[in-house]
Amino acid sequence: MSVTLFPNGIAHYAVGGTLMGLGVALLYVTTGRPGGVSTFFSSSWSWLMRGPFFRQASFLDSRNWRLVYTLGLMLGGGLYLLAGMSVEASHIPAWKLAVGGVLIGFGARLGGGCTSGHGICGMASLSAPSLVMVITFLGTGIVTASLLKWLGV
Amino acid sequence: MTMAQTKSPLGTVATLASGLLFGFGLAWSTMIRPESVLAFLTFDDLGLLFVLGCAVGVNLLAYQLVPRLWSRPLLGTAFQPRPFELDRSALLGGVLFGVGWGLCGVCPGPALAGLGAGNLDLLIALAGIFAGALLHGLWAGRQAQAAA
Repeated sequence: MSVTLFPNGIAHYAVGGTLMGLGVALLYVTTGRPGGVSTFFSSSWSWLMRGPFFRQASFLDSRNWRLVYTLGLMLGGGLYLLAGMSVEASHIPAWKLAVGGVLIGFGARLGGGCTSGHGICGMASLSAPSLVMVITFLGTGIVTASLLKWLGV
Repeated sequence: MTMAQTKSPLGTVATLASGLLFGFGLAWSTMIRPESVLAFLTFDDLGLLFVLGCAVGVNLLAYQLVPRLWSRPLLGTAFQPRPFELDRSALLGGVLFGVGWGLCGVCPGPALAGLGAGNLDLLIALAGIFAGALLHGLWAGRQAQAAA
């Protein structure tokens, strides 16, 4: 049974997840900041947009560190590549990435967080509202992906 | 408070290092490949459970223990709460986020780390996420105006 549930083993999942956790924990113990990723995509618009929503203090105050954190995330992926580790090619159709991206951006901001904010920081804070959000997006994610697989789309 | 933190050079280095570790871990766990995430959402490979479990486990220690031992973070002034209020619109946001996640297997962190690891297709997803966040902000701004 366990063989079919984890056809690729579990070691790299456990090691990768622990490293991710150490990154988010390092941010918290050094700066006190919860390391959600998705707010970056709103706070960065404050450099261009003039409306009061985009000029709210929480964006203006955090946009700099969020940009640095984002650069770190990209560098982390780059370092993995530079370390000579292989990254298997990905073949997701462009329309899925585009439509999915818009839904993810709108949904994460309306929902107050994504898999890192609610999934890691929220759950580590023992926040019941975050747990409800995680169950919600896990649920619709499973339904959507399974339906598309079944339809062969 | 936050301004002082952003201006501390050591804080900036720590923030960069945190993102780097997070991104490196995302790559190591193969979560930067949308196919790995989709394999979880279709129950073909439940590895994501271990990824999330280990990441949450480490942070349970950080979030529950450290603020009880230290009065403030090493380089900052206070441990900051994550402001969030669960209501119907937040739930709708979760629903939409999940649909997008299930459609393409991408979420914000892996999109950024995956781009860094050379998957240029993710630029399409990132452009979509930026556009979605812009639409949300324009919509939320209009809602606030209508309510005022």
